[in-house]
Amino acid sequence: MTEHSRMRRFIPNIWLWIAILIIAFPIWIVFSASTHTSAEILAAPMPLIPGPHFVKNYSEAILEGSKNLGASAITMLKNSMIMALGISSGKIVISLLAAFAIVFFNFKLRSFCFWSIFVTLMLPVEVRIMPTYKVISDLGMLNSYAGLILPMVVSATAVFLFRQYFMTIPREMAEASQIDGATPTQFFWHVLLPMTRTPIAAMFVIQFIYGWNQYLWPLLITTRQEYYTILIGINRMLSGADVQIEWQIVMATTLLALIPPALVVIVMQKQFISGMTDREK
Amino acid sequence: MANQYEFKSKALPYLLVLPQMVIVFIFFFWPSAQALWQSFFLQDPFGGRVIFVGFQNYTRLFTEPAYSYGQSFRVSVAFAVCVALLAMTVALFLASQANKKLRLGTFYKTMLIWPYAVATMVAGVLWLFMFNPNVGVIAWFLKHKLGVDWQHLLNSNQAFLLITLAASWKQISYNFVFFLAGLQSVPNDLIEAAAIDGAGPTRRFWTIIFPLLSPTTFYLLVMNLVYGFFETFPIIHQVTAGGPGKATSILVYKVWRDGVINLDLGGSSAQSVILMIMVIALTVFQFRFIERRVNY
Repeated sequence: MTEHSRMRRFIPNIWLWIAILIIAFPIWIVFSASTHTSAEILAAPMPLIPGPHFVKNYSEAILEGSKNLGASAITMLKNSMIMALGISSGKIVISLLAAFAIVFFNFKLRSFCFWSIFVTLMLPVEVRIMPTYKVISDLGMLNSYAGLILPMVVSATAVFLFRQYFMTIPREMAEASQIDGATPTQFFWHVLLPMTRTPIAAMFVIQFIYGWNQYLWPLLITTRQEYYTILIGINRMLSGADVQIEWQIVMATTLLALIPPALVVIVMQKQFISGMTDREK
Repeated sequence: MANQYEFKSKALPYLLVLPQMVIVFIFFFWPSAQALWQSFFLQDPFGGRVIFVGFQNYTRLFTEPAYSYGQSFRVSVAFAVCVALLAMTVALFLASQANKKLRLGTFYKTMLIWPYAVATMVAGVLWLFMFNPNVGVIAWFLKHKLGVDWQHLLNSNQAFLLITLAASWKQISYNFVFFLAGLQSVPNDLIEAAAIDGAGPTRRFWTIIFPLLSPTTFYLLVMNLVYGFFETFPIIHQVTAGGPGKATSILVYKVWRDGVINLDLGGSSAQSVILMIMVIALTVFQFRFIERRVNY
């Protein structure tokens, strides 16, 4: 500690509290709105103190959904969860396998494979929307979980992280396992995987959030309500005239959409931070 | 790696990379090649005739005023730069405040990191709701207490300000994590030595800490620009729909609108190709830089 005066130690606390309150303010407004009736919100300004309709609004949002939508939050949360888990676990599994091959084997197309995967870093969905859409529709995967998940599953980031990590593992371990008569598959399963738990957890946090928050892709390929993810549902509820929007339901759904990824970040904060900052290396 | 032990197996490594490679080819290389291919053709949106037009789809973008590609480009740059500056400045300030031995340190960190989990689209909805001219709390406050009539669907400056605020709000936490990690790796004895030499906190920050942070700052600058350029589609789509007029129609929004809504496949593909070149340039630029840093 360089400065010791009391004032100097106190000021950072003030700044941080101000920042926390400003950053959390939108959420407070949303929460407040989700506990009032539509009429109360429309009679601007809406009250900033939460009202008594919490249970009614949330049960309506979860079980029925907004009238003009035809999908309940529970269905959409389920779809979002399937998509997020599918994308994150898919990415982790195929990246682990690819990184294992690239680090522990010597094969002809090794660097070709590595660079092909690397290049995908430069091709986010946003820049190849129409053709990817066409591929999915040719494969008959519009309005399906496979269509939602598969195009998102490639991850240069995860392959990199696992490759980086595998390279720090002493090769003598692979050699020893071979001498003991273990096959490469057994080595992967019984030695490598247990050692890789921490990076896997870190990757999971990041990719779960990535998957949960996908928007453009589901927007393109889900046209049937039963496949709406929660974000698409919110978008559809809001696409109407202001008077028809049931703000209290929309806001309850927004808060529900926000809770799962926020929980993952808060509960797994340590893995999350290491997963994020390790990427840079 | 030459002398390292490696497993000897002919087929297994191919089997292991197969799933990844199949997906890479079906969902990345194939569509990207198609984008490139289609960008040279003019196509009837209903699957009819296809005419080879060479670079016409590209020249159309830059010469036809109705396309307003130049305007879209300028808006994208302005937007990305504003978001990067705002989100990075606030995050650096907060990280330097949080990088002190505070009793509530962990609590502060959690409370500043959670917005990272919020979907870009939800960030748009949160800000849209506060600034909605009919029901928004802040719009009401601006109108009745400050006399500012907030109409972001009519006023293009207000629209720009709103999407910038929404996009920056979400990005602060990302920058905060990296700045805090960067600040924590600044050696303490350097700072103490400067303090003994009589440098005050401000001077210490600008002459010692900030230069040592420059790799982090540079990395974040690139990431923030990429975010502003390519990942903010949901905010535009939800908050302004590119309007009023085309005032907030950034490049990724335009490529979607021209392709999906206006069914101009050739034009949209040409835009896709330009975007790909931009991403590739940014990525190469960044990797070059990181490589150099590693060599130090």
